[in-house]
Amino acid sequence: MGQGTGWRDIPIGGMIVEAGNAVRYRTGEWRAFRPVVDQDECTNCLQCWVFCPDSSILVEDEEMVGFDYDHCKGCGICSAICPFDAIEMLAETTSG
Amino acid sequence: MSEFRALDGCAAVAEAMRQINPDVVAAYPITPQTAIVMTFANFVADGLVDTEFIAVDSEHSAMSACVGASAAGARVMTATAANGLALMWEIVYIAASTRLPIVMPVVNRALSAPINIHCDHSDSMGARDAGWVQLYSENAQEAYENTIQAVRIAEHPDLLLPVMVCQDGFITGHSVERVGVYEDQKVRDFVGQYKSAKPLLDLDNPVTYGPLDLYDYYFEHKRQQVEAMSQAKDVILEIGREFGETFGRTYDIFEPYKLEDAEVGIVVLSSTAGTAKVVVDRLREEGLKVGLLKPRVFRPFPGPELVGALKHLSAIAVMDRSVSFGSMSDAGPLFLELAAAFQIYGPRMRLADYVFGLGGRDIAPAQIESVYRDLLGIAETGQVKQVVTYLGVR
Repeated sequence: MGQGTGWRDIPIGGMIVEAGNAVRYRTGEWRAFRPVVDQDECTNCLQCWVFCPDSSILVEDEEMVGFDYDHCKGCGICSAICPFDAIEMLAETTSG
Repeated sequence: MSEFRALDGCAAVAEAMRQINPDVVAAYPITPQTAIVMTFANFVADGLVDTEFIAVDSEHSAMSACVGASAAGARVMTATAANGLALMWEIVYIAASTRLPIVMPVVNRALSAPINIHCDHSDSMGARDAGWVQLYSENAQEAYENTIQAVRIAEHPDLLLPVMVCQDGFITGHSVERVGVYEDQKVRDFVGQYKSAKPLLDLDNPVTYGPLDLYDYYFEHKRQQVEAMSQAKDVILEIGREFGETFGRTYDIFEPYKLEDAEVGIVVLSSTAGTAKVVVDRLREEGLKVGLLKPRVFRPFPGPELVGALKHLSAIAVMDRSVSFGSMSDAGPLFLELAAAFQIYGPRMRLADYVFGLGGRDIAPAQIESVYRDLLGIAETGQVKQVVTYLGVR
């Protein structure tokens, strides 16, 4: 946030004056299941990207390339919506 | 004074709004303020203002739209009363804590139940903890002038808090008076242009309003609100002085009436103060040293200032037009706060509360006279026999 954390130091009214700084808040840490994509099955329909509530599907050149694990909360919507069952939800305790 | 017109309190406030020409008014009707927004809507329809008028589906929506518009950077006004104010309650708090300079005339009317459309102060008193500046107007002239000043008070960079301008429902709101109306340009020059420091519509400097604020920072934001409220008195005085320099009548925190050499006094808000002044004059003719103090500002509560002006008295009666149920002795809020002020800032004082006029129950000069006679008795005996009296109830 900057220098001080006292009531005199922070913007009034709870206003946030730094655009997009929510990205620094890592919400991925409370995930219990993580999504994993099988790229052989994935057709880049991008439905997972459309439905992800946390903007955590990574897309490059209109191709689904992976997940933003810093912000993915493991809700499983991407896995549920994928028409090709390309996304699997694995317990965080498993490796891979 | 540019001209004198026959206006009731609602029309006078609508006239102030026309001259202020706010960017946005989002409003819903409710007796006895409907005439304010209805008259203003006619101004909009007639092209007399540039205001974007949003006819919403409820008062909750009205204040919500006002909050959005104000955060966007607009100068915003609305008006309400009674259950309308109650319906917008959560957003009323949000307007203050988001630090939005919204100006809202409140035409004081009793809260239900049972349904009552007439005057008492339960509505604005019910919102006294919400963080708004609250001004009370004795008559239509004051309602008009307070509304104009409220815009400057709210928008002052040391304040940035919303302001409620109160007047008595029907008694002031629907009673036609001779109101001095200033020239449009003079009012426009006085209120000036609103420059929001961080408007949502400034796309080059994006900001977020109303985010989540947990135990790590909420307390600090509330401390900021306290700081703003502590500045409010100076801002109100500054604007009141400037108003005097511009228009000829200076406004203060309260108005004393034949108080300086008085032995006993009544403290009362709004139109009843006008009635009480007549009683003071009559009793003075009898040689009785009685006086009156009419607070204009209830929030922030000017405790030290009131004590300073009242401490020479032998006994004080507060007349409250609302009850704080379950409060100490089921008293009214003006009494409770004045009692606290005397405890902290003043000498031991004989104080009595007279709750009156609930639901528009009329208060007659003879009843106010009886309060003064009670006070003279208290001054003589040194005893307050009854802390709270409900004046005029059968």
